[in-house]
Amino acid sequence: MNEGAIYRPRSRNWHPVCHTPKYKSSILRTPKKPLICFSSTSSEVTGPVFGHELIGQLDNDLVRNFGNTDETAIGPRIIVHGRVIDEGGNPVPNALIEIWQANAAGRYRHKNDNYIAPLDPNFGGCGRTLTAADGSYEFFTIQPGAYPWPNHENAWRPGHIHFSVFGSSFAQRLITQMYFEGDPLIPLCPIVNTIPDKRAIEQLVARLDMQRAVSMDRLAYRFDVILRGRNATPFENRPEGT
Amino acid sequence: MSGREKPQESPSQTAGPYLHIGCTPNVAGVSGVYDEDLGVTTQTKNSSFLEIRIFDGDGNPVTDAMVELWADSISFWARAVHDEERDIYPFFVPVVAKGESGNVVSNISVWIVARGINLGLHSRIYFPENDNSSDPVLGLVEPSRQSTLLAQKHDKGYRFDIHLQGEDETVFFDV
Repeated sequence: MNEGAIYRPRSRNWHPVCHTPKYKSSILRTPKKPLICFSSTSSEVTGPVFGHELIGQLDNDLVRNFGNTDETAIGPRIIVHGRVIDEGGNPVPNALIEIWQANAAGRYRHKNDNYIAPLDPNFGGCGRTLTAADGSYEFFTIQPGAYPWPNHENAWRPGHIHFSVFGSSFAQRLITQMYFEGDPLIPLCPIVNTIPDKRAIEQLVARLDMQRAVSMDRLAYRFDVILRGRNATPFENRPEGT
Repeated sequence: MSGREKPQESPSQTAGPYLHIGCTPNVAGVSGVYDEDLGVTTQTKNSSFLEIRIFDGDGNPVTDAMVELWADSISFWARAVHDEERDIYPFFVPVVAKGESGNVVSNISVWIVARGINLGLHSRIYFPENDNSSDPVLGLVEPSRQSTLLAQKHDKGYRFDIHLQGEDETVFFDV
């Protein structure tokens, strides 16, 4: 066991509740028995390391990384940028961020998506990057459209980008979604509302960032990702099995 | 204390049904962006085949999930999505039964995300060849549920079934 390298337990009032009947897919896919807690072992405080050689030149450029490289994806051109930090406020460098999203019409390039909106021949919908030493990252993409889904009558997802983040350890592994400031669909969405605390939802809403917008070219949104921090409490002070 | 509110972890959201686009784009048919998908394992001299199956509360197979494995002692990380032909989540894992030389791992950490899972689920896989009786984490699990964390010998490798819910519900951890 790595003494002093213990992650703060995840706040279960801050994360989504597991069993959320209004989001129907959760009903049969969530454990009913309580999770078993234990203090971090070396399996939890370590994780895979990804190198910069992995990242291709266009990997974080979803406007140009798919299809005909002379053409660009259709839709509002945006920068999505921010920092990955931990709960102590420390930057997380070399964090691998993988993103995926629908196109500007709200259609995913996926065989199971049969929404009538068209595919864009120049938009694949995936990107990845590694954070810099200060935890910063940047993607160039198009703003994804809202789309309907079969959860309930007239259910629509707000425009969103999926984020998968590797911090420095397996215990920090996180998948979440980024939403856009001012989207009126956000409060209507049962997936958003699996999160009980409104302040936590706010943390997933990217803010328009005119400082980073490029005149006559692209708008910018800022989205910071916060990963779990280590607990200052030494290992010995944590009751066994909690 | 500065009085400033401490940052809190970004809340999780489900990976949704289209996670393949971002995590295994070549499987999803979004080809030409990355040369290869991350975390795909291949057979080596010291590897064993591990097939994972996932079931929902009605006992139906879950086929749109992603499974990641991590074994820190040998820095082994892997990722798989559902293989339609074989109806499994396929892995080659560097497991050698106790007593043999090579890479010996006592357990492998597992992380599962999918549509309907709002926060990724952590579990562990233990292996039947090992003496797991003194494992401190397994020791926290009531004896009647420990078997949910044990891979089964299957063909020439292993099979590990994950039951998200129900009578045989797999033990999941708050790590």
